[in-house]
Amino acid sequence: MREILVLTFLAIGTFFLLLGSWGLIRLPDVLCRMHATTKSTTFGACGLLLALALDAGWSEAGFKSLLAVVFLLLTAPVGAHMIARAAYRGRVPLADQTTIDELKPVYETLGLWTEDKRSPGEVIYRSEDLQ
Amino acid sequence: MIPIAVNVALSVVGLSMLLCAYRAIRGPTLPDRVVAFDAWVSNLVALVVLLIIRDRIPFGLDLVLVIAILGFLGTVAVAKYLKGGDIFA
Repeated sequence: MREILVLTFLAIGTFFLLLGSWGLIRLPDVLCRMHATTKSTTFGACGLLLALALDAGWSEAGFKSLLAVVFLLLTAPVGAHMIARAAYRGRVPLADQTTIDELKPVYETLGLWTEDKRSPGEVIYRSEDLQ
Repeated sequence: MIPIAVNVALSVVGLSMLLCAYRAIRGPTLPDRVVAFDAWVSNLVALVVLLIIRDRIPFGLDLVLVIAILGFLGTVAVAKYLKGGDIFA
């Protein structure tokens, strides 16, 4: 019974890791790619750590792997949020298929997105750099 | 049964790390590279976890925690650099 559970978590984790990397190759812009890779962290790595916890059982390795799961679940969304905000504020161009961008009028109303006002170190990308 | 599955999973994770490295090298903008690095680090965590399941490495989980912390710190540092150019502010 425990072996079946370990194999199930192994299959889930490996599948999501491969899916995240495939989405990283296939999807058109940064935010879409991030949408794929955060799944590869939360489901993939945490699934494999849960498989290790089930395999190790009631021992030091099992509790350490549960601790690693908690750490990954706490830090992966924070890191993804910080990269997403930095990428959006650095004006990385969105894909052509984008239909709505609700944050842009907010930034323009706040006066953050004028051409002459840039924060130091801010990188501006052009649309032809995306390919 | 579990060692065979772990060997298959190791090869799949290796392929996935190659895909992440492709995006990190090619990826047109710097945030693309950071996202690819983040995914690569989580793949590295998965690789070490699979090696622990197969070979029973005694200190392996400390390695997992250190890799996870270093990956998070690298991601946060580059994100803060992209945002304003100052990491420690």
